[in-house]
Amino acid sequence: MMSFDPYGNPTYFILLFVALLPLMIGLLYGRRSHIYESVISFVFLMLTFGGIKWHTGIALIIYLIYQITLVWLYSRYRQRPDTPNKGWIFVVSVILAIIPLAVVKITPAVHHGASSIIGFLGISYLTFKVVQTIMETRDGTIKEFHPILFGQFLLFFPTISSGPIDRYRRFIKDYDSVPTRTKYLELVEKGVRYIFLGFFYKFILAYIFGTVMLPTVEHAALQAHGLSWALLGVMYTYSMDLFFDFAGYSLFAVGVSYLMGIETPMNFNQPFKSKNIKDFWNRWHMTLSFWFRDFIYMRLVFFMMKHKVFKSRITTANVCYVINMLIMGFWHGETWYYIAYGLFHGLAMVVNDAWLRYKKKHQAQIPHNKFTEGFAIFLTFNVVCLSFLLFSGFLDTMFFAARP
Amino acid sequence: MNETQSTVLSILQDLTGEDVSSNMDTNLFDEGILDSMGSVQLLLELQNQLGIEVPVSEFERSEWDTPAKIVAKVESMQ
Repeated sequence: MMSFDPYGNPTYFILLFVALLPLMIGLLYGRRSHIYESVISFVFLMLTFGGIKWHTGIALIIYLIYQITLVWLYSRYRQRPDTPNKGWIFVVSVILAIIPLAVVKITPAVHHGASSIIGFLGISYLTFKVVQTIMETRDGTIKEFHPILFGQFLLFFPTISSGPIDRYRRFIKDYDSVPTRTKYLELVEKGVRYIFLGFFYKFILAYIFGTVMLPTVEHAALQAHGLSWALLGVMYTYSMDLFFDFAGYSLFAVGVSYLMGIETPMNFNQPFKSKNIKDFWNRWHMTLSFWFRDFIYMRLVFFMMKHKVFKSRITTANVCYVINMLIMGFWHGETWYYIAYGLFHGLAMVVNDAWLRYKKKHQAQIPHNKFTEGFAIFLTFNVVCLSFLLFSGFLDTMFFAARP
Repeated sequence: MNETQSTVLSILQDLTGEDVSSNMDTNLFDEGILDSMGSVQLLLELQNQLGIEVPVSEFERSEWDTPAKIVAKVESMQ
């Protein structure tokens, strides 16, 4: 049987187009067939998780049964007329939802890089969706639980492998309705444009930076072994590759969703134009950073302010920045450089906020013009690229890997 | 100006140090007047001063990004 990485090669796109055509004609005539959508979802999930990767397919099925049962049980608990809404039941539910991901992330660290048998492509992104649904159920914003709809939300195949991370209520609203013809034509136009921009990003720019240039500069940097111009080259080349590869993939995922009449949120908004680190996180991998903002940072701040853990609101904000970003680091993987990357960004947010406060206080003395704005963008870009060099693991290879 | 509106505006002034009453349609997030921290403080103050419980899940940024929208939200929840 055939087996693909999502959006990996031309055959995948041809199959995708053939499969989507009837669905698109349907939407154009105001009809949405959940049966047909389920059939093509199933086919594309088989292409991703079947064939030689069948064991990941089994892992996915078991994972789904486990998580749907968990959310269903929690939802039943919250819907009881006398629901006590105990904090510890909520915490235990969230922990249970995270356990499979934690096992998958920790296994390579303790078993010399071996991957866990319960892992599959996209487990992180499904876990985000499960955890947010539990949190919104706790808050009472999600009142009813439909196991089938929830399953459709988790398994929505255009975004299953690497996001963007949608929200349950937003997804269901699109999934349960048919856009008007004008609206749908707009979506198709945008979707097609995104997919072609994605081709340009992923198959041309990311190819040039990642496949053509990166190995050369990496080789030169390894030869120099230490600070060198080549290392600076690795930093910029890797950063460009990372952006165009991931932004390209995200454009495919969003574009294909649009063709299916689902407005999956965008993941990138010109991140290298950011004026500071806070601005950067509003433009880079947005659905992830908004997830962390809404489900970790804000909740942590809310909890700490309500229980008056710290006297000063500045301390509260800073502690929460560092915790938030550290959790993001641990989520990326249990290696020193991912965790250092998280810490780096946590501290960068603290410094950023201190500067913003200083600037507000001394508004009269601090000049603001095109030049200072350009400098802010330049500085932010370099701080971000430095963090990506850390993130890439190249420093680990250069300094700590066994030399051949 | 009704009571809700003046309470909301005074909360915003306490939080941000800025009088936003003359710019009811300014985008508070784009202008850097409010951030996540400020949003949480706003939710807590709404709870303390007006007794309105807004869970964090209900805080959809685009629905709370101007003083006018915040006032309307609060009025709809009273």
